[in-house]
Amino acid sequence: MEITRRRILEIGTGAFACAGFLGLPAFASLSDDAITEFTGGAEMGEGVITLTAPEIAENGNTVPIGVDAPGAVEVSIFADGNPEPKVATFNFGPLSASRGASTRIRLARTQNVVAVAKMEDGTFQMVSAEVKVTIGGCGG
Amino acid sequence: MASGVKPRVKVPKTAAAGETITIKTLISHKMESGQRKDDDGNIIPRSIINRFTADFNGENVIDVTLEPAISTNPYFQFDAVVPESGEFKFTWYDDDGDVYDTSKEITVS
Repeated sequence: MEITRRRILEIGTGAFACAGFLGLPAFASLSDDAITEFTGGAEMGEGVITLTAPEIAENGNTVPIGVDAPGAVEVSIFADGNPEPKVATFNFGPLSASRGASTRIRLARTQNVVAVAKMEDGTFQMVSAEVKVTIGGCGG
Repeated sequence: MASGVKPRVKVPKTAAAGETITIKTLISHKMESGQRKDDDGNIIPRSIINRFTADFNGENVIDVTLEPAISTNPYFQFDAVVPESGEFKFTWYDDDGDVYDTSKEITVS
């Protein structure tokens, strides 16, 4: 096969999202469903937890994100433009200090990353950040 | 994927009692998402690490559920409180049933 620039991009960034990406028209509702599953439909407050994410991510295959959620027992991360909106769930144990964590995630395209935290008193807090993805999972 | 998986963990060697320390972990793993197709158009089956835990002297620090949206070579950074000298134990659970673990000693002065 001829090695074109597009081909290299496909190999390099991985076309991991393309299949599910084209087949699913309603991304936002998918992530809403996933969030409702996590919260049980409870009201969510805002302003307590923070989400650190880049405004622009050049490579959607590895986007550094961090969440800081003082007083949370569980934090779930969702990406509303991914074929599968769930990203990760952090459960904090008794020896966890700051109730925060950082990791690297995959984003198929420009979208919102949402963090939902379950607090010690059983209430929920959320925060979201838009990340612009230059090269997503579909090589452009 | 049982070959080439190598956990790497950074934990300070010493700390004061009750101090908050930062831990960084990385494990080499391709984290195949199950969304990609090969050259013939067949879906490459999902093969990821689905769970990561960190414990200190048997008490849990963090327990993470990983989905396919976690990047290749999953990296985590988090904080922990160290009340006494002891051992951190880090465990990764693979989709194929493999379990990778590593541990680090820390001395509290």
